[in-house]
Amino acid sequence: MNFIDAHLLSLILFVPAVAAVIILFLPDGENRLFRWFALGTSLIPLVLSLMVWFRFEASQPGFQFEESYVWYEAIGSSFHLGVDGLSLTMVLLTTLLTPLAILASFSINDRVKPYMMLFLFLETGMLGVFMALDLLIFFVFWEVGLVPMYFLINQWGSANRNYASLKFLIYTMGGSLGLLLAIQLLGVLFGTFDLITLYERWNSLGAGDMLLGMSAGTVKTIAFWAFAIAFAIKVPIWPFHTWLPDAHTEAPTAGSMILAGVLLKLGAYGFLRLILPLYPAEAKIFAGALALLATAAIVFGALASYAQTDFKRLVAYSSVNHMGFVVLGIAAAAFAAGTNDATIALNGAILQMFNHGLSAAGMFFLVGVIYERTHTRNLEEFGGLFPLVPVYGGILIFTSMASLGLPGLNGFISEFLVVRGSWPILTAYTAISMLGLLFTGAYILKGIKKVLHGPLNEHWAHGEHQLTEINTREILVMVPLMALILWIGIWPAWILDVINKAVVTLF
Amino acid sequence: MFTSTTFASILPEILVLVVGLLLLVIEPFWKEEQRRNVGWLTAGGLLIAMIISLLFGQPGEPTTTLGGMVRFDWLGFFFKQLFMFAGAATALLLMDNEKVGHRGEAYLLLLASLIGMNLMAASADLIMLYLAIETTSIPLYVLSGFMLADEKSTEAGFKYLLFGALTSTIMLYGFSLIFGFAGTTDLYQLAALFASDDLSPFVAFGVLALVVVGLGFKVSVVPFHFWAPDVYEGAPTPVAGFLSTASKAAGFAVLVRLFFVIFPDPNVDLARGWAMTFAIIAAITMTVGNLLALPQTNIKRLIAFSSVSHAGYAMIGVVALSQLGAASVVFYLAAYILTNLLAFGIVMAFSRVTGLDDLKDYAGMSRRSPWLGLMLLAAFLSLAGMPPFGGFVAKVVVFAAGIQAGYAWLVIIGIINSVIGVYYYLNAIKYVYLYRMPEQDEENHPLPMTRPYVIALAVLAIGVILIGTVFAPWFSWSDAAALNLF
Amino acid sequence: MNFPVLSVITFTPVVAAVLILLLPANRKNETRAVALAAAVFALILSFWVYFNYDQAAAGYQFMERYNWLPALGISLYFGVDGMSTPLVLLTGVVMFTGVLISWGDDDKHVMAGIQDRPREFFAFLFILAAGVFGVFVSLDLFMLFFFYEIAVFPMYLLIAIWGWAVTREYAAMKLTLYLFIGSVISLVGVLAMYWVAGQNTGVFTFDMLEMEKAGFSQTFQNLWFLPVFLGFAVLGGIWPFHNWSPDGHVAAPTAVSMFHAGVLMKLGAFAALRVGIMLLPQGAQTWQWLIMLFAGVAVVYGAYIAFVQKDLKYMIGFSSVSHMGLVMLGFSTLNRVGLTGAGLQMFSHGVMTALFFAITGMIYDRSHTRQIPELGGMSKIMPFATTGFIIGGLVSMGMPGFSGFIAEFPIFMGVWGAQWLVAVIASISIVITAAYIMRNIRQVFFGELPEKLEGHMTDVTVLDKVAITTLCLFMIIIGLFPGFMVPMVEKGVENILRLLGGA
Repeated sequence: MNFIDAHLLSLILFVPAVAAVIILFLPDGENRLFRWFALGTSLIPLVLSLMVWFRFEASQPGFQFEESYVWYEAIGSSFHLGVDGLSLTMVLLTTLLTPLAILASFSINDRVKPYMMLFLFLETGMLGVFMALDLLIFFVFWEVGLVPMYFLINQWGSANRNYASLKFLIYTMGGSLGLLLAIQLLGVLFGTFDLITLYERWNSLGAGDMLLGMSAGTVKTIAFWAFAIAFAIKVPIWPFHTWLPDAHTEAPTAGSMILAGVLLKLGAYGFLRLILPLYPAEAKIFAGALALLATAAIVFGALASYAQTDFKRLVAYSSVNHMGFVVLGIAAAAFAAGTNDATIALNGAILQMFNHGLSAAGMFFLVGVIYERTHTRNLEEFGGLFPLVPVYGGILIFTSMASLGLPGLNGFISEFLVVRGSWPILTAYTAISMLGLLFTGAYILKGIKKVLHGPLNEHWAHGEHQLTEINTREILVMVPLMALILWIGIWPAWILDVINKAVVTLF
Repeated sequence: MFTSTTFASILPEILVLVVGLLLLVIEPFWKEEQRRNVGWLTAGGLLIAMIISLLFGQPGEPTTTLGGMVRFDWLGFFFKQLFMFAGAATALLLMDNEKVGHRGEAYLLLLASLIGMNLMAASADLIMLYLAIETTSIPLYVLSGFMLADEKSTEAGFKYLLFGALTSTIMLYGFSLIFGFAGTTDLYQLAALFASDDLSPFVAFGVLALVVVGLGFKVSVVPFHFWAPDVYEGAPTPVAGFLSTASKAAGFAVLVRLFFVIFPDPNVDLARGWAMTFAIIAAITMTVGNLLALPQTNIKRLIAFSSVSHAGYAMIGVVALSQLGAASVVFYLAAYILTNLLAFGIVMAFSRVTGLDDLKDYAGMSRRSPWLGLMLLAAFLSLAGMPPFGGFVAKVVVFAAGIQAGYAWLVIIGIINSVIGVYYYLNAIKYVYLYRMPEQDEENHPLPMTRPYVIALAVLAIGVILIGTVFAPWFSWSDAAALNLF
Repeated sequence: MNFPVLSVITFTPVVAAVLILLLPANRKNETRAVALAAAVFALILSFWVYFNYDQAAAGYQFMERYNWLPALGISLYFGVDGMSTPLVLLTGVVMFTGVLISWGDDDKHVMAGIQDRPREFFAFLFILAAGVFGVFVSLDLFMLFFFYEIAVFPMYLLIAIWGWAVTREYAAMKLTLYLFIGSVISLVGVLAMYWVAGQNTGVFTFDMLEMEKAGFSQTFQNLWFLPVFLGFAVLGGIWPFHNWSPDGHVAAPTAVSMFHAGVLMKLGAFAALRVGIMLLPQGAQTWQWLIMLFAGVAVVYGAYIAFVQKDLKYMIGFSSVSHMGLVMLGFSTLNRVGLTGAGLQMFSHGVMTALFFAITGMIYDRSHTRQIPELGGMSKIMPFATTGFIIGGLVSMGMPGFSGFIAEFPIFMGVWGAQWLVAVIASISIVITAAYIMRNIRQVFFGELPEKLEGHMTDVTVLDKVAITTLCLFMIIIGLFPGFMVPMVEKGVENILRLLGGA
């Protein structure tokens, strides 16, 4: 028990990877074994992260559950893990969504073994990014998450998967190239990659200090942009978002759940963990630009969503739209760091990250449910399905409302906080974002209408195409999400408290 | 007069003479079919001669014996051993060449020439030198033209004779002029003549030039090389091997001794002038030899031109006019003798069975006889200057001497030529290893080798590898030989 | 330990070659068995050396010295330090896997491995291996050169006789001439160093440890650094003298390609380091910019050209030019991190490229094509090899978790320290590499099996799988536990830095 206590984070991190290796040696063809084994082992990190959650002392500043091991001494990198309120929230999200996504993947029959292995490796990659307190480890796990996702899209995706997967890979790698160079730069300058050390020493550099033959100010700006672009691609911030619709649409259902649910948050997390603390001055200077792009994401994302005829693509663009709010909150916080409004905005942003994770995962799953039965995602081909599949319809409406930001559900809380916080700081942008909110409502309702309401499309009513109701397994996937959506919507304090305390101490 | 040193100084020659007399006596008693055993006798006799002289005939301090005619030192001794070894190998290779090896006279001529070479290496007097040169050459003229029925052989012999006679006449004239100016024929006193200012530089140069004509012919450098390809091609192959190795080495021995003795101080103008002359000759020889070897399709002519170029490489050591230079020349010649004999021996083994000499006929040879292929690989790679064969170390040492003496440009030319050499040697190897016979039925065309060939080629191949790997003993002998010149 | 382990490692292949030549020509299986036994023996010994290298003591260990030609100062002088020990291990590994890959099978209809004259093949291959080992362990300059040349000429035979019939003669001749020219240029430099060192110290010797103290003047070093470094670096595939390499790779039989890219190119880089940088350090500092320029171009150019290739082996060949460019780039930084990365990259790339060529050979032997558009769906037929190739691909891309990242990261860090612009430009290659690796993996291994190939393709043999596993294990272990190799390389680098004046 002692061992577990002392190594909670590394266990959470490596149990999925070890499980994946174990799956490698299981006998071929035992699909049921693979599925249940993967599901079972993915619950372990969930349990452990809940343990961490309950033992976490929100009021204590700094990182907790720290672990540090010697790794690559030669260049000053150690295996340093730790969580604070921000990262713990993300860890919880990841460990929650992964089992659900695996459960959602039970309907896959093609090469189940490598599929499950890749999923588990992916989980390790994502968790590693959130828990890393060493820049090199951060980068390592950032990259580790790329390849499994590439293969998941490429091998189990839909028709246009080759193009989408390669675009995803190249775009993200291009972004992480800048990240790589900036991290190398930091390593060269300070001889260490330890984040906590870097926070202190980086910010103690004066603007006039000379580094590498250039002023520290110049170096900081270059590094800022390198980091910023990398994370901007991941979030994704308009105009670096073009990889997202293709990747999300072509990925298999569970892949999209994880992509939208967690992977996008990696980018936002990068902003919060690295950019704001390391480059407060530069972030403030460019906050206006960031806010502009965020607004563009909100508005254009919503408009684009509205225009879609592919259900999945509609949900994909909705991610752009929702993540825009996250970025707006971050921009506000950058601009007016330390003020009350900034705190509120940031709280909203982080909560939005969590919330969007839940609702986006839910939406993609529901799209997948209907796709498996109808083999089409074209909105025009649906229509009036509500009477055929009432339970599904109810769940779809519920989740869509969460996405829309209906008061009483989680989306409202986070979006409200962002708007409330940004209004005093970035009034104009916030105002325009409201327009976006309007269109959000429009596309959500359009989606629901096309699918559920209106005249019944006879095609699905009879014969071999008859639509079957959502089954127990699928309901099981949605229930935890819906429960959390409701709970946060009604009583958000349990999570907001943790987030708030972290924000207050960090910024 | 006849002290033990005197005796020891010509011990090898005496022994060779004994072998020759033995041959003369025994041979008539053997029937036709047994005549080839003369070869065994020759080789065995030479081997015993080598052993005896190694045991009892080693030189101590360099001295001149026999009234100043013969110099008893390591330089001569080392070369004599090499010559006798070469002679033994040639005798073995001659044995199964029907037209030549079944007649005892061939071996006698070989031995006669051998005596001449030994004396060339040890001469300390101009007259002795001339006698030795002629003793060497005349039997070789005959040997080259030995196959009377073969047009090419006759042509070879004749050409060799004419060229040789002409150049040795010129050389003799040079000798006489030297005698006229110096008043002595003793080599070791000529240094005084050339060091003094009695002679005008022009005359000094001219006199030596005449001598170089003769010697240049012997070592076949440009522009005295024209006879070499035709003679090598036309002469019986083992004789060509002997010619291209031992005879050439003998010429170098004389060259080295003559010039190192005449110019003890390499910084004198005349010495520098001659060094430069030799350098130019070396450069041109290497280049011409290699360039002309490139387009060859007949393997004997290819080896012939390659031999010409190797004379150029060895010449670099002469240019250096230093102890390392002399040592490197001697080492180079040792490695070269073994390698070239091996090469010609393989050609002989091949043509004995097939009667063919063109490169394209060698296609698939490595499959017909894997060992023969490997030995050809060893020989040609050694000629190209690749380790672990003798040619590599030899080239490195010669180049080192060249750089030490400040002739970096010459070394660079040598290197460029080595690269050209690699190309055509690899080309030949390509035929042996890569290409196949038209019907791809190499198993049906084996290359049987008789015992003398196996022994000779094996010993030569092992020697080539030994010189390339365990080269310390050889080099110390070469160094000891060089030391005697200073 | 007085057991002369280094000379045993070096001469085992020679003994094996002689033994193999003595076997009758038709005993193919016995030939292969002897070859394998020798390879296993050498591998075990190289592991032994690796794990018994005392990292605390550092410096040269397992030293042996035999006077060879005292008159000229030549001795058989062996020793390994932190840089060369991993390379000795690498050679052992590649030799072992190369023999496994060349295991032809006379009965099956699959033309896999070497079936024509395996006797000569293994004999020449082992002579090559002996030369390689010799260079890595030599501390005498003459002997280093001696072994270097021994490693060059067998390539001609191996490629010309057993290679791809269409280009083998041309490629073999080009390769041999190129390498020979490079090596003789270095030879001139080496001889010059020998003379000047002798004049400076009064002792003429080829002992490299003595030459480190020879006190070459700045002018001398400036003049001779480039010929010496570039002459050896030709074998390392440095741009613009890399042209022999892709053709050589394509024409060579599989095991020879593995040796060529996996070990031989490291030989050139190592010799350039050992003789050029370590013995002429001021010259290295003068010409650092030029080497960095060449290397930087190699990295990006190689990646770009690999991107446009349609032939799988050419792609890997040019990718090797790019990755060896990274090694040279690491050398050119002349700082601790960069040199450490270069040392690691030599090992990592060696293993990775050996794996690539091995699997390519497995595919080619069965499908008789290397054209990427004509291949597809290999994962269905040879899943094991597919996984191996994907791992190799990830290493090539520098993906964390594998040895490629552990090696490339410090190189880039080192370049940042020296010239940040080059770091930025060179990093473009990472993206290009990712693009072509992923694209080609998808094309060759996934998708549909072309009709022409149906029925012709079989899975890889057990021996092939052993080879693949061995190579992958190294890449994963170093990727996850850099402590396995990094500290050792660092020790070697410290020695170099001392010679550079603590730069």
